[in-house]
Amino acid sequence: MQGTGKNLAAVAIFFLIIASPHLINLVYAKAWTGPTEDTPRIRAMADKECIESEGWMRRNHMNLLLSWRDAALRDTDRIYVNGRGERYDISLMRTCLGCHSNREEFCDRCHEFAAVEPYCWQCHYAPEQVAKEGWR
Amino acid sequence: MTMDRRGFLKLAGFIGLAAGTACARRVAGPGSRYTTVDGAEDAKRWAMVIDMRRFNTAEDYQRVIDACHKAHNVPHIDNVRHEVKWIWTDTFEHTFPDQTHTRLPEALTERPFLLLCNQCDNPPCTRVCPTDATYRLADGIVAQDYHRCIGCRFCMAGCPYGARSFNWVDPRPHVDHVNPEFPTRNIGVVEKCNFCVDRLERGLPVRCAAASGGGIVVGDLNDPDSEVSRLLARHYTLTRKPQLGARPNVFYIVDEDVVRGEEEHVG
Repeated sequence: MQGTGKNLAAVAIFFLIIASPHLINLVYAKAWTGPTEDTPRIRAMADKECIESEGWMRRNHMNLLLSWRDAALRDTDRIYVNGRGERYDISLMRTCLGCHSNREEFCDRCHEFAAVEPYCWQCHYAPEQVAKEGWR
Repeated sequence: MTMDRRGFLKLAGFIGLAAGTACARRVAGPGSRYTTVDGAEDAKRWAMVIDMRRFNTAEDYQRVIDACHKAHNVPHIDNVRHEVKWIWTDTFEHTFPDQTHTRLPEALTERPFLLLCNQCDNPPCTRVCPTDATYRLADGIVAQDYHRCIGCRFCMAGCPYGARSFNWVDPRPHVDHVNPEFPTRNIGVVEKCNFCVDRLERGLPVRCAAASGGGIVVGDLNDPDSEVSRLLARHYTLTRKPQLGARPNVFYIVDEDVVRGEEEHVG
């Protein structure tokens, strides 16, 4: 058949391009390291439990944050009572980031790995970054 | 399997309803629930009385404005076309344009007035908002959810009090003093005074009232014994542009004590 070699070469180049992200990852990909919980407030805790179990939080934190927003802003519910009966102030910056005062190791590391860009930080401050960088 | 048009529409309707219900459901962990701070069922009806007898020097106004703007990370932008304000001052003429006659005492007409969102009973801003980003709560506060604001500025056109500001530029570099417990807003959203709704719902005092030394009183109109109710019963008060029917909830004490410049202790 005429031009078979050229066709095969074109197909090979096409697949190389398509597979290029995987090929690059074969060489450069780093193993995923989970978020760290090494902050002063968490170190001081006797049992290091978040408001819900770790697995539940990992799966549902994004929806929980949206529900917290709606509860506080729309329904004037400012308190979250978990299954253990503990009451928490519904506040991202005081409650969540109060313990997780390591945005880069806790939030950003996973979000970057998963290539999600939550827009929280356009408005919300990470308090420890305010303290560290003056305030901007 | 065959399906007629009617059957298809019925099924599509049920699926849409189920999806909508699932989206609207609030997420909580096993056994968890949401509640208010005090567990109270009865909503209050918040209102503000600004006692003009207590505002006599530039400092009286400025410390109130500073307290609010610092606490809420309101940017300070010099360009008036880009400025953002939650609480500010203006002349008598601009505050009460319907008080038109020319023989009013100068003690009244030469005095600056404190302006802020009036938390209207019938707010035009919420009616024109196409995304339900701004809405009136049962306790009377006109709240805004910045997450949902698309920056269309209909509310700014709707508000007869100029209480809303648009973020033409990124406000963050213009926040002079950061309160790390309160967010900023971002470029492209409209913002305004939130009546410290986050503080009222936690039983904390409103920022401007706390800094005013008694010049600003916030309280519950449903309670006849609250300080706002008693002040309103005892004094002649004005609201801004009442003929528009927005029914504002910020009242200004302007009776003869203000004109005479006397200060009577209330409460």
